[in-house]
Amino acid sequence: MEKLKNTYLGAIVLFLYAPILVLIAQSFNASRYRGQWTGFTLEWYEGLMESEEIAAAFANTLTIGVTSALLATLLALVTALGLRQMGSRGRMLFRGLSNVPLLNADIVTGISLMLLFLGLGLRLGYDTILLAHIVICLPYAMLCILPQVLSMDDVCYEAARDLGAGPVSAFRKVILPELLPAIISAFLLCFAMSADDFIVTYFTKGAGINTLTTEIYAELKLGVHPEMYALSALFFCGVLVFAALLMVNYKVIRRYREARRGEMAA
Amino acid sequence: MNERLSGRLASHSFLALPFALWAALFIVLPLFFVLWTGLTDGAGHFTLEHLSTVLQIEYLRALGLSATLALLSTFICLVLAYPLCLILRERKERRGLLVFMLFLLPLWMNSLLTTMAWQTIMEKHGIINMLLSALELPEVHLINTPAAIVIGMVYNFLPYMVLPLYVSISRIDESIIEAARDLGANHFQTLRRVLLPLSLPGIVSGSTMVFIPALTTFVISALLGGNKVLLVGNIIEQEFTAAYDWQLGSALSMVLMVFIILNILLEAFTDSGEQGRKGRP
Repeated sequence: MEKLKNTYLGAIVLFLYAPILVLIAQSFNASRYRGQWTGFTLEWYEGLMESEEIAAAFANTLTIGVTSALLATLLALVTALGLRQMGSRGRMLFRGLSNVPLLNADIVTGISLMLLFLGLGLRLGYDTILLAHIVICLPYAMLCILPQVLSMDDVCYEAARDLGAGPVSAFRKVILPELLPAIISAFLLCFAMSADDFIVTYFTKGAGINTLTTEIYAELKLGVHPEMYALSALFFCGVLVFAALLMVNYKVIRRYREARRGEMAA
Repeated sequence: MNERLSGRLASHSFLALPFALWAALFIVLPLFFVLWTGLTDGAGHFTLEHLSTVLQIEYLRALGLSATLALLSTFICLVLAYPLCLILRERKERRGLLVFMLFLLPLWMNSLLTTMAWQTIMEKHGIINMLLSALELPEVHLINTPAAIVIGMVYNFLPYMVLPLYVSISRIDESIIEAARDLGANHFQTLRRVLLPLSLPGIVSGSTMVFIPALTTFVISALLGGNKVLLVGNIIEQEFTAAYDWQLGSALSMVLMVFIILNILLEAFTDSGEQGRKGRP
């Protein structure tokens, strides 16, 4: 039975990682065309720095990701603080509204935003991508922050106010530190969503500007620049390292907690 | 004290105002733009012409095919993810995090690139056929068929099934399962009478999270279907980017919105059912 379970896990892991292994292999493939192996090369990794299209798309992905994640997190934080004092009905309405882009299909969100931007007379480009990304990131930021804000205790904030802190410094010294983990996870999740989005970007971007995902899609018809494989392989290694650090950290924290629990029991 | 406290805090409700404006402008208004475009002609007069065009056989066929493939991939995702989550649940204590990470990492790869890698794996002289011919087995024809699209959908959306399902399965109390076993239920009976009903909210929410993107995708079908298999997503994309018939594209999107609303209702229904059960003493 145990063997069967391990085989099953192994098969699923193979299924999930097969295309990733193919991509990594392609990043070392001397041939420009996928599907034929003509030898090992590091050319694409060296060319990564020189490709202007990839650099421009990468810069767009990065700046749009950071800006939209910041603004979405900020808006979610402000809204969550406002929702604390609202009746349950109003809260339900706001929650439902903020979940619409999450539950809606990306293609519908994309074309509806495109129709809105054009209807308002905006020119599709960098700004419209940014706005659209805030729209799709906001539900994720709300999901991270709202439960934390709603379960927060008023007492410390009230104590700070009673002891003479103004609302701003009470917020900065009491509420913000308590919410910081939620804010950070909201920011990271928003960034990931923004950087990985293709469909909404595709419909709201207009001509002449690309993020990494739309750049890849544009290249798909003519053959993807192998530099893209190199970039994604590097990115995957980065994620791997990050995950490993997280695991080690988690283990250290758990051991520490267990040790403390042991001490307290003794 | 309490009154004073709530009085002081009540003044903060205005903080929700920016979001109200935001939601009106960027969440509600865009959907009205879709309805407007789908329901008017070029001069702004109300018409049902575009909606009736959707009822033509080629669009209905695309809708039917999309729904079939999406249902099929949702079902396959469920069948693959359920045993997986049961195994992960058992291993929660030992190396659970490692295994779970292992299943989340592929989410970080760009889905366009991984889907393209599936092209390399499944094409005529691709990796699967190379392996098969090395083993002197007959080649399989996968690329540009609905089967290839289903494989691509399952690959892309499996994590969306695993996450909610795992949350709901890992919450089931071990003692309930042990009680079922002690009372003489075999594996199958425990699964059917205990595990499945208790994990129903996870099943429903995972299924909706897979079904909607699978129903509306145009990337997976474009890459793995080679424009030989047309799904609703492909038609909408073409109407907006190539054919410039935005009215028809909007009408098709309205049909998709009906599916989405049905899905939300389904999820809300099972959700409240769960709460009702919890509320019972």
